[in-house]
Amino acid sequence: MTERKIVDGKGSFCPGPLMELIVALKHSQIGDELEVLSTDKGSANDIPEWVRRVGHDYVSTTENDGVWHIVVRKTK
Amino acid sequence: MVGQKICVVVISGTLERLQAAAMVASVAAVSGQEVLVFLSMNALPHFVKGATAEAPHEGPMGDLIIAKKVPEFKMLFEQAIELGGARLYPCSMAMDVLEVGSEQLEDYLEEATGLTRLLTEVQDGQVWTF
Repeated sequence: MTERKIVDGKGSFCPGPLMELIVALKHSQIGDELEVLSTDKGSANDIPEWVRRVGHDYVSTTENDGVWHIVVRKTK
Repeated sequence: MVGQKICVVVISGTLERLQAAAMVASVAAVSGQEVLVFLSMNALPHFVKGATAEAPHEGPMGDLIIAKKVPEFKMLFEQAIELGGARLYPCSMAMDVLEVGSEQLEDYLEEATGLTRLLTEVQDGQVWTF
């Protein structure tokens, strides 16, 4: 059963939210979705690039009231 | 290109350069690149046991890094090791000048390394200097 986990990186700066995502990925199952919350626009741009670079699935990015929601699916 | 080796040479002891070096090392390491970090000159004293992540800064960005919730450079280097397998080497010359032994340096550092080995290790990779 896949699930979506929230990775709360609000208030941190690059590469803090990315590092928090990587820790969360290590504790997740293949197929799980992780939703990173970030107030750092640089991380919102950089996390999808990292995801494509290492081969996970990038699902979406949305922004709401200054918080970016970056959704990633673990593939390996 | 994922997989290419990089060597991050850190000789500055200022916050901005230590921060930038730690960012490059950590993101490269967690992106699948082999990362070596060589700590020398004014960078090395920050890795003596008990040293904090406080460092003199060069300009206004240093003030902002301290004031805001930016990940500390020492924590980023540790994450580079734990999450990406980076290796941090203390410069043997800097250790001699500082008069510190391996046991006085942070436990996550590798063995003392000289320039000959460093040059051999990096001949097939990129070198980033801070």
